[in-house]
Amino acid sequence: MSLIGESAAAALQLLLAGDSTLGEITRLSIAVSATATLVAAVIGFPLGAWVALTRSRLRSPFVVCLNAALGLPPVVIGLAVYLLLSRSGPLGALGWLFTPLGMIFAQTILITPIIAALTRQTVEDAHVDLRDWFTSLGMSTWSRMQTLLVEVRFSLVVVLLAAFGRAIAEVGAVMIVGGNIAGSTRVMTTTIALETSKGDLPLALALGVLLVSLVLTVNACAYVLKTKLEARHD
Amino acid sequence: MTELIAPIVSLRRVSFRVSGKTLLEDVSLDVQAGERVVILGANGAGKSTLLKLCAGILEPSAGEISSAPLREQAFIFQRPAILRRSVLDNVRYVLRNRSISEPECSARARLALEVTELTSFAQQPAKTLSGGEQQRLALARAWACQPRLLLADEPTASLSPAAAREVERIIQAVHATGATLIFTTHNLAQAKRLAQRIVFLDGGRIVEDRPASEFFSAPQSGAARHYLEGETL
Amino acid sequence: MNRHCRHLLHFVSAASLALIAFGSPLANAQDTSITVSSTTSTDQSGLFGYLLPQFLKATGIQVKVVALGTGQALDVGRRGDADVVFVHDQPAEEKFVAEGAGVERVAVMYNDFVLIGPANDPAKALGKDIVAGLKAVYNAKAPFVSRGDKSGTHAAELRYWKQAGLDPATEKQSWYRDTGSGMGPALNTAAAMNAYILADRGTWLSFKNRQSLKIVVEGDAKLFNQYGVILVNPKKHAHVKAVAGQKFIDWLVSAEGQGVIASYKIGGEQLFFPNATKK
Repeated sequence: MSLIGESAAAALQLLLAGDSTLGEITRLSIAVSATATLVAAVIGFPLGAWVALTRSRLRSPFVVCLNAALGLPPVVIGLAVYLLLSRSGPLGALGWLFTPLGMIFAQTILITPIIAALTRQTVEDAHVDLRDWFTSLGMSTWSRMQTLLVEVRFSLVVVLLAAFGRAIAEVGAVMIVGGNIAGSTRVMTTTIALETSKGDLPLALALGVLLVSLVLTVNACAYVLKTKLEARHD
Repeated sequence: MTELIAPIVSLRRVSFRVSGKTLLEDVSLDVQAGERVVILGANGAGKSTLLKLCAGILEPSAGEISSAPLREQAFIFQRPAILRRSVLDNVRYVLRNRSISEPECSARARLALEVTELTSFAQQPAKTLSGGEQQRLALARAWACQPRLLLADEPTASLSPAAAREVERIIQAVHATGATLIFTTHNLAQAKRLAQRIVFLDGGRIVEDRPASEFFSAPQSGAARHYLEGETL
Repeated sequence: MNRHCRHLLHFVSAASLALIAFGSPLANAQDTSITVSSTTSTDQSGLFGYLLPQFLKATGIQVKVVALGTGQALDVGRRGDADVVFVHDQPAEEKFVAEGAGVERVAVMYNDFVLIGPANDPAKALGKDIVAGLKAVYNAKAPFVSRGDKSGTHAAELRYWKQAGLDPATEKQSWYRDTGSGMGPALNTAAAMNAYILADRGTWLSFKNRQSLKIVVEGDAKLFNQYGVILVNPKKHAHVKAVAGQKFIDWLVSAEGQGVIASYKIGGEQLFFPNATKK
């Protein structure tokens, strides 16, 4: 019990003190995961919509692959990206290993399947009521994709935030690809892992509380936003 | 001498089967430009299927169909498909889909709203409209496209009598622009008001295909008589 | 402009502003920085946090430390993903240079290992002899935690067992727990299990979760742990920052660098003992 009490006290102290390292770590976490989310959205939204609408024979294998990719362990992705980005690897010339760019690359790979799979589901559901009308208008798959993505835009906000939550909470990929370098690739999750391994549990727990609060706040905002915007329309 | 103009919709010995069930069997039908045709029949007789085949939304299992190109058609569903945008934007959507650019796009959209008496709703989210208003929106979209062929599948089935009459008025206005009209309904009074010609379906086959006045006064088939009695009771 | 286009534009502008505000840590000052791969125990001792700012002030070069196990640290050097390696496993380091992966091994400093155990010392390992201490643990079948991760510490531990003529790892003794983890996590495990464990003094001094553990054997000359620093061979990896990397090595063995190393203390105790050979 005293451990929990100590940690709670430590957490509060940290947050109130506005420690600058803590600020740096938090900013980097948000920057890396937010950028990865945006890039993953650019790929995942159209990909998910296409899979939902296409009648090509590729559809079923694609759906299976997408759903399987949801379960890819971050640490495996981290290892694969590490080997890709190593100077001795195929993409070594980019020089992204042990940098935030490499971390963004790895997290993008991690969350694109999430965005694509959720988008696919959302677009498929919205397509049901509109399919016959689209056919009567002679609409191509591409036009349907555009229209449906706009149609489900409020749900897509929630998809984005779910993906962001997943990215900012993972440790396996960013640890291996970033190297947890003090002052340049250290993020909240890798710091928690580090402090725990050093036996500094109160600090680790404090960071954990901060991270969870961040994710909760982001999700609460998403929920409020979605319900408010939808209420205007439905 | 009869003018040799091709019919706007032509079905030759068309059948439609799905999952082993035959919904339509050996159907042949010609509709000339400007006609007002109503398809009648009991539930499950195949009315919606026949209508969608006429539109070219469904592919037949057998037989040939020639129909007006999709760009010259408009289809009204029993439950209108509404997008999550304003009423005006819903109309502008179908126009932009036909590559009509501003300012003509907005101008035609506003005109369509005037015709359907939806102008006061222009900026409102379309999903907040009542069922009748949404169906009028669907018709506004149809009107805006200036279709040669208007198809409607039980367009007033879920509407109040007042709303239904509003919808009928707009349908007649579309027809007045020279469009051909094919629709299905359960409402015999409506059929009597609007039809020039009745196509009666029973068990997936066309059993009667006659001018409306003849059909209602002297139905030839037992199925039709049975249907008319049932509906008027 | 269409309402949706406007919304999208607002969103993109907001996202860009947010990224600029939050994203400045993403823009790394790449100009003068080198990557050094080292070990978790060295990093967690706090030495780098103390040493590197002084190096930065002296030379303007930023050092980014990737902290891993010795095996992995050398591997990173082999792959060319670091400019300099800084570890404490002489045989492995010499092999690294012999393979051509590194230019030259330079001795920098040493620290020592200590045998940690439960306060009540059930195996009666207390003393000044590490081999005797391990024999006592073996005979008492007392719980023992091994790092098992090819690190310098793990290599040292295996050496001492060999010197005692014992091999609990291969014999798969049940009291011998191979955790495959870094120094910190292994200490956590030992604290939770009330077990014996070989640790480097640096990590032990900084370790905050001791519970009922204490030092049981220390001061044996065999326990000294020599550190070496090696420049990754620029002939093998052309992009290696050889000039800046060499500056780091030169500074570490210079009078100034050696002085900084000696002045690093935890709780008033010196951790690392500089021993670069004067040229």
